[in-house]
Amino acid sequence: MPDGAEPVLDVRGLKTIFRTRGGEIHAVNSVSFHLRPGELLGVVGESGSGKSVTMMSLIGLLPSPPAEVRAGEVLLGGRDLLKLSPRDLQAVRGAKVGFVFQDPMTSLNPVFNVGNQIMEPLIKHMGMTKAQAETRAAELLALVGIPDAKKRLKSYPHQFSGGMRQRVMIAIALACDPDVLIADEPTTALDVTIQAQIIELIKELRQKLGMAIVWITHDLGVIAGIADRVMVMYGGQVVEQAPVRALFANPQHPYTRALLKTVPSLTGERAARLEVIEGQPPLLSGVPVACPFRARCAHAHDRCDAENPVRRAVDGKPVGQGHDVACHWSPEVANG
Amino acid sequence: MADGGRIPPGQPLVQVRDLKMHFPIYAGILRRKVGAVKAVDGVSFDIMAGETLGLVGESGCGKSTVGRALLRLYELTGGSVVIDGEDVATLSSDALRRKRPTMQMVFQDPQASLNPRMTVAAIIGEPLDEHTDWPAEKKTARVYELMDQVGLNRRFANRYPHEFSGGQRQRIGIARALALNPKFIVCDEPIAALDVSIQAQVVNLLEDLQDRLGLTYLFISHDLSMVRHIADRVAVMYLGQIAELSPREALYARPLHPYAKALLSAVPEADPALEATRQRIILTGDVPSPANPPKGCNFCTRCPVVMPVCREVEPKLIEVETGRFVACHLVSPNNAGGHASPGAEVREHNQQGENA
Repeated sequence: MPDGAEPVLDVRGLKTIFRTRGGEIHAVNSVSFHLRPGELLGVVGESGSGKSVTMMSLIGLLPSPPAEVRAGEVLLGGRDLLKLSPRDLQAVRGAKVGFVFQDPMTSLNPVFNVGNQIMEPLIKHMGMTKAQAETRAAELLALVGIPDAKKRLKSYPHQFSGGMRQRVMIAIALACDPDVLIADEPTTALDVTIQAQIIELIKELRQKLGMAIVWITHDLGVIAGIADRVMVMYGGQVVEQAPVRALFANPQHPYTRALLKTVPSLTGERAARLEVIEGQPPLLSGVPVACPFRARCAHAHDRCDAENPVRRAVDGKPVGQGHDVACHWSPEVANG
Repeated sequence: MADGGRIPPGQPLVQVRDLKMHFPIYAGILRRKVGAVKAVDGVSFDIMAGETLGLVGESGCGKSTVGRALLRLYELTGGSVVIDGEDVATLSSDALRRKRPTMQMVFQDPQASLNPRMTVAAIIGEPLDEHTDWPAEKKTARVYELMDQVGLNRRFANRYPHEFSGGQRQRIGIARALALNPKFIVCDEPIAALDVSIQAQVVNLLEDLQDRLGLTYLFISHDLSMVRHIADRVAVMYLGQIAELSPREALYARPLHPYAKALLSAVPEADPALEATRQRIILTGDVPSPANPPKGCNFCTRCPVVMPVCREVEPKLIEVETGRFVACHLVSPNNAGGHASPGAEVREHNQQGENA
């Protein structure tokens, strides 16, 4: 991954809120990140941490109301997606940005055969004729490892197994050769042996096609095996961001450190007791003025109540380029 | 045992023999029976008093069906389930009702298994209403005691399930399962619906309760790392049958069945350096339909080391090393890896049904 390359996707200060009867929910709060060409960025967080909402905000997939993208810039190929008209945005979705969702059964249309669903973006975005699109669709199915691709174009989603459906979803997302592929928990609904197949497939496709990927997951194991860089989200904010090895070897944020300890290992020492993060994730109502993790943090002090920490560099590189963390506490100061 | 149970730790509390659970398939205008989904097809194992047996496998392998069949939430197709000396499979409905307090279940989805119109106190107290004739004060006292045990604040007794988070709801489900002082609890994916940081809380709670109350668990899960943490022995299921049943450390250090090997190798580890060097066995294809399992070994369609005999003869679950049971033609007591003591008695653990 060339360090100096222009990012394909650059997100700055994204803020998304939901208006509800109970007041505003600040689901995404000043999230900034970028994606370099060919890079795989892992996004980790629990449910409600804002990881999916962030990605859906980027390309206008959230219903408004209740959602509202209040601030920020999303630069893709020099254009700010947040300023585009709905019509222009539609051209970006599918053509420039591919999306793979968690549950392939609910994201495929049950009444059309998969051939139609793969051909739709080809005809719409690439201006292909039906015959061209059909040839390309068969190629795509073969690319994602579905045997007997030409014949399977006529099959309906229910005739595929879960893993195969997810392969179809990936084929659709890749149809127009997007610059960015956003995969939202693509293997969460699958069994581990099938998950291993899909991860293998993505690794292969990356080498062949070289697109940049955002991979959202709550599974730290999946991230460890596939990501170049990791962004940890908590309470609608980025709490830590680092190259994958640095994050696992030297986690800085108390949340990341605790999270890594709560997951039992398959091969290492077996702990007598699991480490626990006490308490519950925050509710995100009201403007965030304090650290979202303070109530569950072992190192929280007065400043954490008074001031929401901003991301600061850990390794001397500019924030976003190397290892950074949003926390008032630091392990070095505590240990030294 | 908290209440002076008859079975001492280390002796089997639950003995399952050749358990079969087939669900009929009806088709045509007359809805004739045209076949059966063999969800569980000849499963045998013991669970010792005070131990946790982990039951792992992929979706559709029949692990949840085993858990439900053990508590006779289904009428069994065949086999026996002896819990604490009584065969649950053949008990009359009156006797079964008297038996129910000793065996309970914690469900996967705490949202779906709690009645949204009942308060927490009513949910936890319902087993007491059904099975005891205690006066109201005694029931209330017991409900409070249970809430303390599972770490729920007593002040929340009159709230409704929707006011709680997922982890707290699972605590309500656990308190309800504990209400009648059971000996045996089936935990069916109790943490699958919870966030990582909450999973550890619930698992620690289950372990504490086991220590304190001498409970015996069947812990059903697809999360192999968590099963390694909580279980003493682990059974790996594939397509309605047990592929391997081994003590925890032995299984994770050196799985013997090819499916167990593939399954363990597929689990991602939260360690990038380790992930970069790991050799993965990627299984091709999908699990066959349990309505139409392959002839011979049920894993023969995906097995990376399949032999001709596997497509003809169904392997039996036999003890290949002390305490390790494997159903595979490749693994026999002689070649399991040299850990079996010479002359170790080979006994057939499982009379699996004849091939259909």
